[in-house]
Amino acid sequence: MKICVLMKQVASEDSPLKINNNGSGIDETNLNLITNEPDSYALEEALLIKEKTSGEVTICTLGPDSSQQVIKDGLAKGADKAIHITIEDLKNVSPLSMGKVIYNKIKNENFDLVLSGLQSNDYGHAQLGIIISEYLNYSHASLVIGTEVNEENSLKIKRELENGWFQSAELTLPACLSIQSGINQPRYATLKGIMSVKNKPVDKCDATELGISEDSGYKVEEVFLPKKAKETQFLDGSTDEIVSQLTDILKNKIKVG
Amino acid sequence: MKILVLIESINNKIHPVSIEALVAAQSIASENSVEIYPLCLNKNLIDDLSKFKCTKVLNVENLDLKNYEPMTYLDAAEKVFKSMDADLIMFGHTYETRDWAPRLSARLDIPFLSDCININLSDSKLIINRPIYQAKLIQKIALSGKGLVSFQAGSFSSENLLHENSPSESLSIELNSYDSIKQGERFQESAGGVDLTTSDFIVSIGRGLGKEENIPLAQSLADKINAQIGASRPVVDAGWLDHSRQIGSSGQVVSPKLYFSLGISGAIQHLVGMKGSKQIIAINKDPNAPIFEIADYAVVGDVLEILPKLTENL
Repeated sequence: MKICVLMKQVASEDSPLKINNNGSGIDETNLNLITNEPDSYALEEALLIKEKTSGEVTICTLGPDSSQQVIKDGLAKGADKAIHITIEDLKNVSPLSMGKVIYNKIKNENFDLVLSGLQSNDYGHAQLGIIISEYLNYSHASLVIGTEVNEENSLKIKRELENGWFQSAELTLPACLSIQSGINQPRYATLKGIMSVKNKPVDKCDATELGISEDSGYKVEEVFLPKKAKETQFLDGSTDEIVSQLTDILKNKIKVG
Repeated sequence: MKILVLIESINNKIHPVSIEALVAAQSIASENSVEIYPLCLNKNLIDDLSKFKCTKVLNVENLDLKNYEPMTYLDAAEKVFKSMDADLIMFGHTYETRDWAPRLSARLDIPFLSDCININLSDSKLIINRPIYQAKLIQKIALSGKGLVSFQAGSFSSENLLHENSPSESLSIELNSYDSIKQGERFQESAGGVDLTTSDFIVSIGRGLGKEENIPLAQSLADKINAQIGASRPVVDAGWLDHSRQIGSSGQVVSPKLYFSLGISGAIQHLVGMKGSKQIIAINKDPNAPIFEIADYAVVGDVLEILPKLTENL
């Protein structure tokens, strides 16, 4: 199996999010950048499928130079090679534009599977992997919580639905799968894996050469903090003071127990 | 402006989030120039849909799908959109639409704004709000051309649905047949777990608890106040607790008297599962955590420091 895994670098959950001076986006200077967590599950699933069927795993990332870290971490975990499509600023690029650029890069690679995480933790469009299935004319499934490669040309998957329901499906290969978090337990890199990174090929190319479009068909006019839906009382003070306020609320207002 | 509203069928009924999408469409249709066309691929739903105020309920001749078939949905929606020369496609942001709407966006080559929470129309320009960074921030987006827009559950209230008898029409459209994706039956896995929906008090654990070894700290508090333990998805995904304890869109939806959230930041998928709680106490070290938006009492601080002392003090 030739497997491609789409991975993205995003701000970690505990990064300070400040709106920039003109209110058009966030101030990106002090963000702590990490691999988008859902993509780690997609990579792990690719590595598991490779171990069962042999073949190779290629990481593909679209992002600025800092995204090299995503590639290094993924190669250290066991991916065989990587494609890095560089672009300075990704935040105003629409999912369709991202999809077209990635498609232009990978269309001749003949991947059997293209895996992606179910969504990114920054812009959360939850579209890219499925968009690429259309461009590649592959079958697709989203929110995949189980895979079973049975024959040469087909794949059984389990999809997660709402409220504890599931659905199985059989896909003709090649296919694009967006992977639900929790499908597996992503591995850690071994020392041997980390050492191997420098010998693995990274194909670096420029998004502008692949024809990236800035025209998304819409315009982000402003970014703002959500309005509060509810009066929230913030409890201040030392730990002991907070504990005593919480105790009072639990015992006397909510009357627990 | 012509709006197609995709109606999702669930257990042979109209999906509640599809109704909300129709409400969203009605909300911008006070201008006469807006026409609303619900598109329904399950013919059983047409009678119910015809009671709602819209221009015309559409269905496709020779196509009657009780269950989801991605490639046929895609084919039908593309051809209806083109034959109607429609401008917008609106629908609920569900696990089903997430599966095929991105592909429709690519096929039609028009943008898809997903998981939106608001829409306004002024001077034929659409202004749409959508949450980013796990709902910590909101983007205000102007859409000037055609587009697909999906709405987060609960963004519009079905109480605002306008009723009025509306006509329906069966469109004659040539569809292709597909076999690249064979959908199986929907199933539930044997629950065998915990029913949190009947609990009065829930202590819920997020990743802010640090590590699996800290769970007894939360358990002690839960025991003290007679609460059940719940969890956010990352905790379950990491294997700290069983899936049956998960609260949120893919787990249980609860509305206890007290929801005591420990180290949960509050991704929207979690909030939809607990925002109906009567009282919410949240401890989190990140002052911008979305959980604080809906908390009654909020503590910005280290849950591991507060927890043992609180349990002891109760």
